[in-house]
Amino acid sequence: MSGVRVLVGTRKGAFILTSDGRREQWGIAGPLFGGWEIYHVQGSPADPDRLWAAQSTGWFGQLIQRSHDGGASWEPVGNEFRYDGMPGTHQWYDGTPHPWEFARVWHLAPALDDPETLYAGVEDAGLFRSVDGGLTWHELPGLRGHGSGSSWQPGAGGMCLHTILVDPTDAARMVVAISAAGVFRSEDGGESWHAANRGLQSEGYIPDPDAEVGHCVHKLAVHPERPDVLFMQKHWDVMRSDDGGQSWREVSGNLPSDFGFPIAVHAHEPDTVYVVPITSDAEHYPPDARLRVYRSRTGGGEWEPLTTGLPQSHCYVNVLRDAMAVDALDPCGLYVGTTGGQVYASADAGDSWHPIVRDLPAVLSVEVQTLP
Amino acid sequence: MIRVRLPAHLRTLAQVTGEIHLDVAEPVTIGRVLDALEHRRPVLRGSIREHGTQRRRPLVRYFAGERDVSHEPPDTPLPASVAAGVEPFLVVGAIAGG
Repeated sequence: MSGVRVLVGTRKGAFILTSDGRREQWGIAGPLFGGWEIYHVQGSPADPDRLWAAQSTGWFGQLIQRSHDGGASWEPVGNEFRYDGMPGTHQWYDGTPHPWEFARVWHLAPALDDPETLYAGVEDAGLFRSVDGGLTWHELPGLRGHGSGSSWQPGAGGMCLHTILVDPTDAARMVVAISAAGVFRSEDGGESWHAANRGLQSEGYIPDPDAEVGHCVHKLAVHPERPDVLFMQKHWDVMRSDDGGQSWREVSGNLPSDFGFPIAVHAHEPDTVYVVPITSDAEHYPPDARLRVYRSRTGGGEWEPLTTGLPQSHCYVNVLRDAMAVDALDPCGLYVGTTGGQVYASADAGDSWHPIVRDLPAVLSVEVQTLP
Repeated sequence: MIRVRLPAHLRTLAQVTGEIHLDVAEPVTIGRVLDALEHRRPVLRGSIREHGTQRRRPLVRYFAGERDVSHEPPDTPLPASVAAGVEPFLVVGAIAGG
């Protein structure tokens, strides 16, 4: 029977949760790198036993850890993320120019077909690539340098590049997202980029609500068989694009709040989408203190709450942008990690949930590998 | 022989349990001690001093001979007691917690 390996990054270390295909009994390993912030742990689709973890603290900086054995052992690899050329400035919170400074790696995206190649999205926003398994990193400077970089600004969490999507049918086609700059698209493997934010409306934090850049995009999700259909959880608004990000339309529909952080697509149903609504930008906890994952089976617009097994009173946790993932089993499994340290799993596409673990440090990220 | 004492996270990273002992040529300076430390334990590169600029990371401090030498230039000689191995050179994470 196949199984799953859930990779959890927290404020105080990483944890690896494993189960067979029934997803009823779980093994819990960790903490790995105890005491360090683990923004992301991700496995290679080309070699599932090869994992990387983005490990950092404000004290001692960034490390990248690599495993060749599914997380049983780890080795530090390259941790030098040097911007190409003179980094220049972006906007600070008050609109003044601020020097580009590397803070941390937010997101790792291993290549689909090569266990030596992976991308890293960093704060201050930039995209780096390694072609030697993480030993060395080189920026793809065309993103920061395409023209609008000086107008990008940080969101509350920092000016992070948090989403990296590579088209499985053509690796030269890439989409990234930055908070708070927006979506950017490349057709040439990351050499050149253009903004892809038409249709986004952001009032209250940028002077021109439909500006070309400046939107606080929280997360993008895509189904691998439909790479031009993108779903977005923005600061406010859930959005959809049917043309690879060239244009967007709102699909928030009947959600109780369209503010939130993560978004995910069902592994086998490209029009089934999941979000976790949060009350507002000022109140980062669920509406009515009830943790509800919302599912749309219509590609957005019409949403149903999924509540069975999730706390429905006095719940004030958040689910951060990288803390929801789907497995590829049938039925599709979902995993949600909270700032309260719970990791909830559903083995029936969200109909019912149970906690795998309840008392981890605040969860920053959740990824899942479906193992043969 | 120079004795270097690291904070807990860096001891874990460097896979050491106690002090690190280094041979450093005279004059024993802050920069030379850190160069020797990073040569002995390359995994520490970037965790005490920034890559490229070699500037001390903002939340790291250096103590020697019961003095804070964090803001001294890298070519500052360390006290004789540290250069002789009587006292350790301390790499310290800035205090955090309640």
